[in-house]
Amino acid sequence: MSRVRVLVGTKKGAFVLEADGSRDAWSITGPHFGGWEIFHMKGSPVEPDRIWASQTSGWFGQVVQRSDDGGATWEPVGNEFAYEGPTGTHQWYDGTPHPWEFTRVWHFEPSLTDPDTVYAGVEDAALFRSTDGGHSWQELPGLRNHATGDRWQPGAAGMGLHTIVLDPRTPDRITVAISAAGVFRTEDGGESWRPSNRGLKSQYLPDPEAEIGYCVHHLAMHPDRPDTLFMQLHWNVMRSDDAGDSWELVSGNLPSDFGFPVEVHAHEPETVYVIPIKSDSEHYPPEAKLRVYRSRTGGHEWEPLTRGLPQEHCYVNVLRDAMSVDRLDPCGIYFGTTGGQVYASFDGGDQWTAICRDLPAVLSVEAQTLE
Amino acid sequence: MIRVVLPYHLRNLAGVGSEVGVPVEGRVTQRSVLDALEARYPVLRGTIRDHGSLERRPFLRFFACARDLTHEDPDESLPESVARGEEPFLVVGAIAGG
Repeated sequence: MSRVRVLVGTKKGAFVLEADGSRDAWSITGPHFGGWEIFHMKGSPVEPDRIWASQTSGWFGQVVQRSDDGGATWEPVGNEFAYEGPTGTHQWYDGTPHPWEFTRVWHFEPSLTDPDTVYAGVEDAALFRSTDGGHSWQELPGLRNHATGDRWQPGAAGMGLHTIVLDPRTPDRITVAISAAGVFRTEDGGESWRPSNRGLKSQYLPDPEAEIGYCVHHLAMHPDRPDTLFMQLHWNVMRSDDAGDSWELVSGNLPSDFGFPVEVHAHEPETVYVIPIKSDSEHYPPEAKLRVYRSRTGGHEWEPLTRGLPQEHCYVNVLRDAMSVDRLDPCGIYFGTTGGQVYASFDGGDQWTAICRDLPAVLSVEAQTLE
Repeated sequence: MIRVVLPYHLRNLAGVGSEVGVPVEGRVTQRSVLDALEARYPVLRGTIRDHGSLERRPFLRFFACARDLTHEDPDESLPESVARGEEPFLVVGAIAGG
């Protein structure tokens, strides 16, 4: 019988939640690395018991942890992320040049084919790769050295490379998103990159056709349709059907199209989930009601999913890497809040239940389906 | 043997108690003590000093013999009582964040 493991990174440690295929009863282990921020955890699709965790601290910097037994035990691996060549500058918040400085790993994306290969998206924005199980990390410098790099600016939370989408058809195509530079894509395994932001709009950019400068919050792709991408932009939910060459607004009837995560149903490539947040000034749900919105039409038409979710006095946020789906049928959907709840639906979103409450603020949620 | 006291999170990371002993050959300075500490516990590399520059991470302090040595030259000799192993060299997480 299949099992599900949910990896939860929080402000104060890592938690591992597991259930059998019925998803009725959940075991919780943790906190691992108590007191440290766990920005992101993700398991290898090739060897699911191999899990990567980004352990960070304002005091002690970056640690990378690897588990080879599904999160029961952990081993610190390499934590040196050295930019390759001259680091140069990007723009600081006030527009002045600022040297590129490594702060933390925001996101790990394990290879689809090799358990020893994993990508790391970091702040200040760059893409690193390890091919030796995390012991050493090499930058793919073509991204940071893009001709627009000296004009990239941080978003409010820093200039993080937070989303890495690997194309299941070819390892040469990688799409990444950076706050607040936008989307970039390589077709040659990371040697060269080009912006993929045509069609995006931002009230914060005076040039409506700006090539870069977009505060992309997250991207999602269904593996059966690698050319279709969904995006939660700072404001606006967007869709591309040409791998990011152009984007179309699909916010439709959402009560607010500000938000952070976006996810695609495991078995229905046109079923998409977002969690509207009232605004970038308030960072809590509209009308203090926590609602997941589902579109079964790939955008434009959205329905609120509320059963089991708090519908009054709710002021939590859901961060960009804090929603995930499992691959069971019916599809399970999971998200974690800054209030420490992990909510799950086991019927595509109609009914929700908290499988975990009172954790530290949740930074990331990744579901694994285990055979 | 030089005595080094680590903050809570670094003890857990290195899997040690509150105090460790590290051998230092030659002059006992901040740099030689931290070099020896990182050689003995490689997992601490990058957590006290930056990997490349070897500069102290901003929110860490170095104390010994009731003195704050944080801003001393890292190649200055540490107090004799630290070199003799009578007093520990303390790595302290700064109080920050409220």
